[in-house]
Amino acid sequence: MDFPILSLITILPLVGAIFIFIFDNNQSENKNTIYVSLFTSFVNFFLALFLWYSFDKNTADFQFIEEANWINGFIRFKFGIDGISILFIVLTAFITPICIISCISSIKKRLKEFLIAILVLETFMIGVFCSLDLVIFYLFFEAGLIPMFLIIGIWGGPKRVYAAFKFFLFTLLGSVLMLVAIISIYWITGTTDVVQIYEIKIPVEFQYLLWLAFFSSFAVKMPMWPVHTWLPDAHVEAPTAGSVILAAILLKMAGYGFLRFSIGMFPIASEYFIPLIYTLSIIAIIYTSLVALMQEDMKKLIAYSSVAHMGFVTLGIFTFTKQGIEGSIFQMLSHGIISAALFLCVGVLYDRVHSRLINSYGGIVNILPKYAFVFAIFMLGSLGLPGTSGFIGEILVLLGTFQKSFLAAILASIGIILGAAYMLWLYKRVVFGKLEKKELLELKDLNYSETVILFSLAILTLVFGFYPNLILDTIHVSVDNLISDYQNSLILNLLK
Amino acid sequence: MENLSILLPEIFLSLAIFVTLLIGVFFKDSYNLVTKIIYAIIVILILIIFNTFTESFDLFSNSYISNSYTNFFKILILISALFTLIITQAYIREKNINYFEYSLVLLLSILGMFIMISSNDLILFYLGLELQSLSLYILAALDRDNLKSNESGLKYFVLSALASGLLLYGCSLLYGFTGSTNFEQINLNAGLENTGAIFAMVFILVGLAFKVSAVPFHMWTPDVYEGSPTSVTSFFAVVPKITGIAVIIRFMQIPFAQLVDHWQPILVFISLASMILGAVAAIGQTNIKRLVAYSSIGHIGYALAGVATGTINGYNSSIVYISIYVIMNLAIFACIFLMQKEGKYCENLDDLSGISSKHPFLSISLLIILFSLAGIPPLAGFFAKFYVFMSVVESKMYVLAIIGLLSTVISAFYYLRIIKIIYFDELKKPFDSTKNIGVYFTLSLSCLILISFFIYPSFLNNIVETLLIN
Repeated sequence: MDFPILSLITILPLVGAIFIFIFDNNQSENKNTIYVSLFTSFVNFFLALFLWYSFDKNTADFQFIEEANWINGFIRFKFGIDGISILFIVLTAFITPICIISCISSIKKRLKEFLIAILVLETFMIGVFCSLDLVIFYLFFEAGLIPMFLIIGIWGGPKRVYAAFKFFLFTLLGSVLMLVAIISIYWITGTTDVVQIYEIKIPVEFQYLLWLAFFSSFAVKMPMWPVHTWLPDAHVEAPTAGSVILAAILLKMAGYGFLRFSIGMFPIASEYFIPLIYTLSIIAIIYTSLVALMQEDMKKLIAYSSVAHMGFVTLGIFTFTKQGIEGSIFQMLSHGIISAALFLCVGVLYDRVHSRLINSYGGIVNILPKYAFVFAIFMLGSLGLPGTSGFIGEILVLLGTFQKSFLAAILASIGIILGAAYMLWLYKRVVFGKLEKKELLELKDLNYSETVILFSLAILTLVFGFYPNLILDTIHVSVDNLISDYQNSLILNLLK
Repeated sequence: MENLSILLPEIFLSLAIFVTLLIGVFFKDSYNLVTKIIYAIIVILILIIFNTFTESFDLFSNSYISNSYTNFFKILILISALFTLIITQAYIREKNINYFEYSLVLLLSILGMFIMISSNDLILFYLGLELQSLSLYILAALDRDNLKSNESGLKYFVLSALASGLLLYGCSLLYGFTGSTNFEQINLNAGLENTGAIFAMVFILVGLAFKVSAVPFHMWTPDVYEGSPTSVTSFFAVVPKITGIAVIIRFMQIPFAQLVDHWQPILVFISLASMILGAVAAIGQTNIKRLVAYSSIGHIGYALAGVATGTINGYNSSIVYISIYVIMNLAIFACIFLMQKEGKYCENLDDLSGISSKHPFLSISLLIILFSLAGIPPLAGFFAKFYVFMSVVESKMYVLAIIGLLSTVISAFYYLRIIKIIYFDELKKPFDSTKNIGVYFTLSLSCLILISFFIYPSFLNNIVETLLIN
């Protein structure tokens, strides 16, 4: 296909942002800004759907490849997608319009700048999932920090400055090591093109250090225990839309990075570091679940639950079984939907009551029945009830893990129980019980736009829960290819 | 008879300075007139040099050279001087330091820099260096009624004279141990067994490190930057640095080429120390000029990291780095010239608080410049660092690369702090709205370059790669 659809889908939000930046100087009237941003993000969403539709599921090769000369003699600009990245692009394009709709009512100041930041961020996020060149990947990966830093810092809560700095510096610290690794890879293999590196195969003696450098970046972004501490701060202080993007997409970049880069380029080191990953994942699952249990702030609770869910993702990826990896990808996508929805649910309450503390609520099922209903779906999805998408991801990951390590699987299962405990307890304290607080009596149920957003997310949660093949079909071939490449390199290494 | 037409830029520049000096003396209130003439002189010079860009010559028994390398730096110096003049006009008038000598002395220092860059001989080099330095002392003390400006001029003079003395001592040692003042002759004689030459190399390196304000010879920088009139600071922060890097690369490439094993650890140390100190010391600053001083120390550290590799790729990356650094620094000074409250120029970071709501253009420019200085992609500053570390890793200097990149994280902190002040804090008092076309033009042009650099990042490389081949 000659038409550069990937570039288009990447650049379109940026064009929208520039359009808003240049043409909209009306400070009081934000209607046009909102229409332009909605229009671009929806067009982008449909383009992404079209991309998914025209994507060939039966080949593991990269598709829609675009190449151009970029830095002379050094680096070529290369875009391309396979079964793993396509779904993240669709997820990004899907979450962005939802964020825009949700922020219209909740962002009170500087809406125009906020929408610009979101659209620019969308460009960078899609760019991350499209790029097949390490430098281009790094470019987008890092560039995303700028808008997110501003989103947390300008529109965030009272401790926003601390949270924004922590977010930025933690991520940057991890990433600079990755930059050294990328440059080293260039001098080892003579290219930064991922596809060529797969074929050239990096010599074993270099793999361990390089793997650790990439790991330092992805572990911070994922986030894995013990470098997860920026996440709760960032989530609590960020505005709702910022939390949604952070949880739904930014965290997925790391999981995607593990799949695309760590495993693909350093299979031997990946095998070698399995115990490390398992240990950190299990600690993340159990420890952060326990921490989540004790939280009094709803956003913080969901943030810790994200860390736990991401623990499942890393666990699954590093099982190197078909079930494990597919489960991880599924878990990432489902977490993208469910955690986004949960943050939106908290946002709905926060917009009305301006409190995120659990004990300032109670019994709201009596006055917000619709809200209680969708919240229940997402709560159950998050704890992995069969029939929701959360279940598929977790069960697949556990299936994969059982093949590799019995102990890890048992411990991870404990995490599921803990997950059920904190989610149910949260729901009980917020939604059920007697309606005692007077300020809650006046609350209005979901308005039109909230209903549309939350119900569409709820439907997706259930659809993917009942018919997971919608997603799994797309990734089967690519995952098979990933695993067979991985096993071939291990065998080759043994034969040497 | 030597072919003097090669010297055309220098001859033209000296004559132009004399003529303009006469004009300046004979006409009353001649500042505006002189400035206009000087714009014209600079533009003509750029054209003259551009015309013979790729031709390479040597003169006076190989003591003076002219090739694409020197021409590139000369053009870079002229362009940055031109923009410095443009952005400082309003400031100079309002501060009542519009002496016509300002622009003339500035030109004189440029003449000195030309000689430094083109010299292929120690004596000629030293003459150029002194011409440049003496002009800079005068510039630093230009605001003669201001105590701080005088102080900074004196401070700069004393310390810089010391450094020049060390450099001169090194030159004389080098002559004594190699028997020549010609760079290429020195290169032939300064072998590894020549301990005296190694000694001399250290002295010369100290003198040069002082001129680019690299750690541990940086102490003068913050005081001089803060004390001098901002118009002069903006010149200091940009133009002498270009010359410094150009000269260091020339010294390392020609006279000291054989001593690479000896100067490499020194440069690695200087570079690392500059990066770390530039990053750490800037954190506590409240004055934006001092902050820029420390940040420039850090940036010189990155530029020197490229030189420290001792490879052509490394030199090229340093040249690219310094070119991008020039753009970023001109832009940040353009922003400083817009920081004006009730007719007074502000220098404190607190004065920036919350200005994003009232001054969107200034804030977004600062945002771009600061993220670029911090080296965050996709801005030009990232590519500058990327090329440098590319060559550093190529030479397998992993410690330098890792510590260097970690210090970018530290330096990111104070750049972020400024952004925090601009965007996250509450508005205290807006700036005056000025219609300073020169500043706005420079600012928008440089920001545009910084943003769009990623579209064709090899633009600068393509030029730079041709410089050092011959």
